[in-house]
Amino acid sequence: MTAPVISVRDLGLTFLGKRGAPPIEVLRSVNLEVLPGQFVCIVGPSGCGKTTLLNIITGFLKQSAGDVLVQGAPVKGPDPRRIFVFQDNGVFPWLTVEQNIGFGIARRSLQEQREIVHRYVQMVGLTGFEKAYPRELSGGMRQRVEIARALAPNPEIIYMDEPFGALDFITRLKMRADLTRIWQEEKKTILFVTHDIEESVQLADRVVVMSSRPGTIRKQIRIELPRPRDLDSPEYLDVRDEIFRTIGMSLKVGVG
Amino acid sequence: MKKSILLPLSVLVAVYFLWDGAVLLSKSDIFPRPSQVFFAIVELIQRGLLLKYVVASLFRVSVGFVLAVLIGVPLGLLLGWFRSAFLAFNPLIQILRPISPIAWIPIAILWFKVDDRAPIFLIFLSSLFPITVTAIAAVQNIQPVYVRAAQNFGVTRIDLFKRVIFPACLPQIITSLRISLGIAWLVVVAAEMIAVNSGLGYLIIDARNAGKRYDLVVAGMLMIGLIGLLLDLLVRSLERFEEVKWGYSERS
Repeated sequence: MTAPVISVRDLGLTFLGKRGAPPIEVLRSVNLEVLPGQFVCIVGPSGCGKTTLLNIITGFLKQSAGDVLVQGAPVKGPDPRRIFVFQDNGVFPWLTVEQNIGFGIARRSLQEQREIVHRYVQMVGLTGFEKAYPRELSGGMRQRVEIARALAPNPEIIYMDEPFGALDFITRLKMRADLTRIWQEEKKTILFVTHDIEESVQLADRVVVMSSRPGTIRKQIRIELPRPRDLDSPEYLDVRDEIFRTIGMSLKVGVG
Repeated sequence: MKKSILLPLSVLVAVYFLWDGAVLLSKSDIFPRPSQVFFAIVELIQRGLLLKYVVASLFRVSVGFVLAVLIGVPLGLLLGWFRSAFLAFNPLIQILRPISPIAWIPIAILWFKVDDRAPIFLIFLSSLFPITVTAIAAVQNIQPVYVRAAQNFGVTRIDLFKRVIFPACLPQIITSLRISLGIAWLVVVAAEMIAVNSGLGYLIIDARNAGKRYDLVVAGMLMIGLIGLLLDLLVRSLERFEEVKWGYSERS
């Protein structure tokens, strides 16, 4: 059996209450394992602590209980072997597309930098925009820059926190298809946080469903649907509905 | 002709005739007519004073301003980044900042005598505080996502300053350069009236004291205005670089 690349054991986070207020338990006994090369989505209602969980796994935040082992070692902080893709676009506006993509590989030789940048510009479909500045690009294109920038240093894991949350519906669909293709080509481990259940079923090998207050994992659902995924197939709809039910959402809108 | 030229031009022409008419009507023999100011400028050129004084003033402003930039920008970035340094030095800065550079003139003369260093020191002071304070605020308001993204790529602290914090703050720093150069140009005139024997400020006070030559006074004022405009255009052209354009709201 392969060893998990991310392993979260009995993780808890409690914020001390301010001025005598009771402490706030944000996460309680979270257990999660991600195997190398897996695409795992964490879904849950807003406020369920899914972004907090991701921030602990990445080392941006410290847990109050439990262990996080990533690539066999406890997490001490951000690490270039695992890159975070942000929801509120973290692309640097003072750099061009190619300078942004090359940001994390500045120590390589110029020749190498050029090759890597060229490769990822092509992979995310930004050929012709190498010299453009982020303000000249659409939201979707900027998020492509961020994904390419994350891939360039060849990390083993990519963390994504609602990376398509700010995009319109059509762009989101396109980005999901492209991300799936890139993941299949690059064979990275991806841990992807979203509140969009459809998105999680379209992307993931496994969906981790969280519930709120305190945030804990309610259910993990393997998604065995073959790729490319057919969003009209009964199997797809079954899995989707199972997640909706787990969260406790009705699929009917309005009263009859 | 284009509207953007025609409109301001017609205002200038109107001001010219109003000014001239007002002097004629008041029958003043001290206040100069526009034509007299023009001949005063010609006289200054012929005596070689105009170039000499403009160069003297610009020299003082450049040296004082460049020193303020070289010290104020790094100082502001560091104070903005390191919380305890900010807590330690901010009260001192806030006390010194509201003191008009003009109030420093007696001390400047005491320390540097009637010498170029006195106005340079005053320019330096007048520019240092706006630049430092803006740089501090720019770092403190930097989007956290930029810093986190950079740290994720494992950049060193020096690289973080060079490649993220400095460029992220640059648009605001350039705006502060524009403001402080404007202040510096105001201050140099005041400083030259008291602390030295050359420059446009000295020209104005000397023309008044040594013979009530108000044509020379107004000529000096006009030159100060024109050079101030040129300086502002110069710094403003920095805002057009691609690396900082993102920091300014786009108005076309």
